[in-house]
Amino acid sequence: MDNVLSFVTFLPTVAAVVLLLFLRGEDEVAQLNAKRLALFATVITFLLSLFILAQFDANDTGFQMVEEADWIMGLKYKMGVDGISVLFVLLTTFLMPLVIWSAWDVKVRVKEYMIAFLLLETLMLGVFCALDIMLFYLFFEAGLIPMFLIIGIWGGKDRIYAAFKFFLYTFLGSVLMLVAMIAMYIYSGTTDIATMLDPSQVQFPSDDLTVLGFQIVGGFQTLAFLAFFASFAVKMPMWPVHTWLPDAHVQAPTAGSVVLAAILLKMGGYGFLRFSLPMFPIATELLSTFVLWLSVIAIVYASLVALVQEDMKKLIAYSSVAHMGYVTAGIFSLNQQGLDGAIFQMISHGFISGALFLCVGVIYDRMHTREIDAFGGLVNRMPAYALIFMFFTMANVGLPGTSGFVGEFLTLVGMFKANTWIALVATSGVIFSAAYALWLYRRVVLGDLIKESLKAITDMTAREKWIMAPLVAMTLLLGVYPSLVLDIIGPSVSALIDNYTAALPTDMVATAASH
Amino acid sequence: MTPNDFSIVLPEILLAVFGMAALLFTVYTGKDKLASTVTWSVAIVFLIIAAFIGFGGHGSNVAFNGMFIDDAFARFAKVGVLLSGAAVLIMSLDYMVKRDMLKFEYPILVLFATIGMMVMVSAGDLMALYLGLELMSLSLYVVASFRRDSLRSTEAGLKYFVLGSLSSGLLLYGASLTYGFAGTTSFAGIISVAQGDVPLGLLFGLVFLMTGLAFKVSAVPFHMWTPDVYEGAPTPVTAFFATAPKLAAMGLFARVLHDAFGGVVGDWQQILAIIAVASMFLGAFAGIGQTNIKRLMAYSSIAHMGFALMGLAAGNALGVQSAMFYMAIYILMNIGTFAFILLMERDGKPVTEIAALNGYWKVAPGKALALLVLLFSLAGVPPMLGFFGKLAVLQAALDAGLTWLAVGGVIASVVGAFYYLRIVYYMFFGEEGEPLDDQPSMIPVAFLAISSVLVLVGIVNALGLDTMAAIAAEALVR
Repeated sequence: MDNVLSFVTFLPTVAAVVLLLFLRGEDEVAQLNAKRLALFATVITFLLSLFILAQFDANDTGFQMVEEADWIMGLKYKMGVDGISVLFVLLTTFLMPLVIWSAWDVKVRVKEYMIAFLLLETLMLGVFCALDIMLFYLFFEAGLIPMFLIIGIWGGKDRIYAAFKFFLYTFLGSVLMLVAMIAMYIYSGTTDIATMLDPSQVQFPSDDLTVLGFQIVGGFQTLAFLAFFASFAVKMPMWPVHTWLPDAHVQAPTAGSVVLAAILLKMGGYGFLRFSLPMFPIATELLSTFVLWLSVIAIVYASLVALVQEDMKKLIAYSSVAHMGYVTAGIFSLNQQGLDGAIFQMISHGFISGALFLCVGVIYDRMHTREIDAFGGLVNRMPAYALIFMFFTMANVGLPGTSGFVGEFLTLVGMFKANTWIALVATSGVIFSAAYALWLYRRVVLGDLIKESLKAITDMTAREKWIMAPLVAMTLLLGVYPSLVLDIIGPSVSALIDNYTAALPTDMVATAASH
Repeated sequence: MTPNDFSIVLPEILLAVFGMAALLFTVYTGKDKLASTVTWSVAIVFLIIAAFIGFGGHGSNVAFNGMFIDDAFARFAKVGVLLSGAAVLIMSLDYMVKRDMLKFEYPILVLFATIGMMVMVSAGDLMALYLGLELMSLSLYVVASFRRDSLRSTEAGLKYFVLGSLSSGLLLYGASLTYGFAGTTSFAGIISVAQGDVPLGLLFGLVFLMTGLAFKVSAVPFHMWTPDVYEGAPTPVTAFFATAPKLAAMGLFARVLHDAFGGVVGDWQQILAIIAVASMFLGAFAGIGQTNIKRLMAYSSIAHMGFALMGLAAGNALGVQSAMFYMAIYILMNIGTFAFILLMERDGKPVTEIAALNGYWKVAPGKALALLVLLFSLAGVPPMLGFFGKLAVLQAALDAGLTWLAVGGVIASVVGAFYYLRIVYYMFFGEEGEPLDDQPSMIPVAFLAISSVLVLVGIVNALGLDTMAAIAAEALVR
């Protein structure tokens, strides 16, 4: 199959169009059909995406399964994957059926809900497959529309505030990136990512510039780096531009939260790896310490804030901010362990945070509250839930044997190699994360069941357990056998680092070696 | 008039003869009883002429010693003007009949305004420019105050007239200065004088000309009339104002700047850039507080004109191409949006409050979805066609080194996105209020559907508009 990437990417859209055009009515049968079709489409997409993995050759560091066609305005429709992106594609296709299945109990506007998620899947896959900067931007930005609607229509009480904040925050970040992308296009004469990544063909200038009287060290590269940073840092989200995330998470419906935490946040990290590092190496070298400090501030600050949260979803949202701090810190350590760890952490966080939001969803569906104080002693009525929730709590803390450990460990090693102080501060985050996660677990699950309202709560249904099963399996599998991921990303990552070091002028390499 | 001249202006002459004949015929026969027939026939004639120009025209031809230019650029603009004129006439028919507003003068005035626009975009001389501009403006003043019994409508017409005359005065003053210092009124003559260091008087002439033209495209700081006229005029007339005249005025703007002042790009580039950035920001910020959808569309169009002017400010062929591409997309989106506004009614009465859209999704999901697509397109969010328009002008601006303008533009577009999202919010997130009628009126629905589908399908090949705009721009800027 030559067009497997396009197939995988657009299959969900086809299903969405079918739903939109051919499914009528709002009754039970129509709702069930919508859900079944959506589930079917996402499962097929996942199965098809396994072909990508099967065809993928990890030792080839270039782009594979490339498709190319002419598009409007001199742009190209070009898709392809390499070691860095292929697992994100798999992560997305793997999670989407679970997301759809978890939304089985939605009663309002089911058809539209399914359409929104199917379109979102296409757009997310497109982000990871696109090899033309404008195509990338198109997918990256268009994803805002379905997410805006998902939060705004099916969200909680303050959904409108959250939806607007989500949209405008991310939109502002990305339009600056658009300007930088156009400038890159004008400079290099191409929008092809593969060409731009090749230092022998395109190297963006780094001579100092003066803008409004300010001397910009690193010139064009610095400005473009900052423009991309504005977009990806908001998306990640990094401190201090993370404030949209807790709002969006709390107000989004469960399935929306899962997609947001598990996949959408990863676009930021992917962007850093795909654009910032390889295309603006000099600017990266200049600014990496700054980004590292921002990341560790995020780790410590978000963990502390998570400690005092009253709302379970908000707590997990802050925990996501902290974990994304490890990711950015790993990326900007600029060494093999750091980058490997960052990618690993993103994938593992996709499973763990997704599962945690699903866990919150389970009890929210029963009690219609996310207040931590409204619960307590659930273990007495919900043993299976207590077990699964404990598993993911531990994974979130980074217990050895789970995938969370591998990611955190690798990024910390990377940080330690880059800057000992950074690693020292970041390690304290591990302790904090244990504190908030275990305390949350104690307050919700352990203790005596004294609240009247909880006396009749029921344990997880078979469907809920089956949704959790693949996530548990993946978390464990990656925890005990991380080579599954590392073998695939390793060659591409080391090629990235080689190119990066080669692109630095000699006087900078000396400093690069010292950290 | 040589036969060759005649064949070049044939479309305009045919239209004018048809207009006068229709006027005479209806006056002496059925008058308003024939209004609907006249509207349909004018629309059909528009379509025929558009096809004639679009498919029949080739090369660059000059008539009347350079007074009138028929080139690819003019044809692009003319086809756009004619198509949008026809679309507005057809889709507003139901609305006007229902409210007993349809007078036979309406289509005929629109027709004369359209002839004016066609002359504008073909103008090769300051005289022809003024002739076209006034023919358009005078017709539009009357159309704006079309509902004689409505205070709002007459106010709109009067306001438009007073401010429009002022701007025509400024334009004439600029034309006279230009004539005085260049010694000629023909663009070809002006451009041979306006090279390198030009006399101050000629620059003053240029500035006044630009002022007059900025008024017609409703760019800041000459935008004041726009919200009031948009709100006061009957909705079909507003739809017309928002589309064809804007394209024609933008075409004329490009024509004057490049054909007459193409040698002094540096002198007008800064002015245009400032007008553009001011329009984008004012349009974005002032739109936030609006409660009336027609006023909102007025601010929206001010912001969009800012974007198109950003393209023109690039001062080269790429700039003209992007501006024309942008305008074509802008018109497509506005036709659809106004088709929706024409459909907004409760108990048979037109409603223009945005808040009335509360819970509209539950009443008419299909229409709400179509408008959603158009709104995101207006906001410039990919993958809709509106994004590609923005992309083109940003590219032109950055290519010309106007980085600050591009950055300003994208920031303004984020602010502007807020008010489009607000409409989405009312339609989709809002609690159920008193619902609007789900109208069975098919023609506007069809226009709404077609334009939203086109805006989506445009992602495949931009509907070929980018190539056409490129050909048009090449004809203008050599």
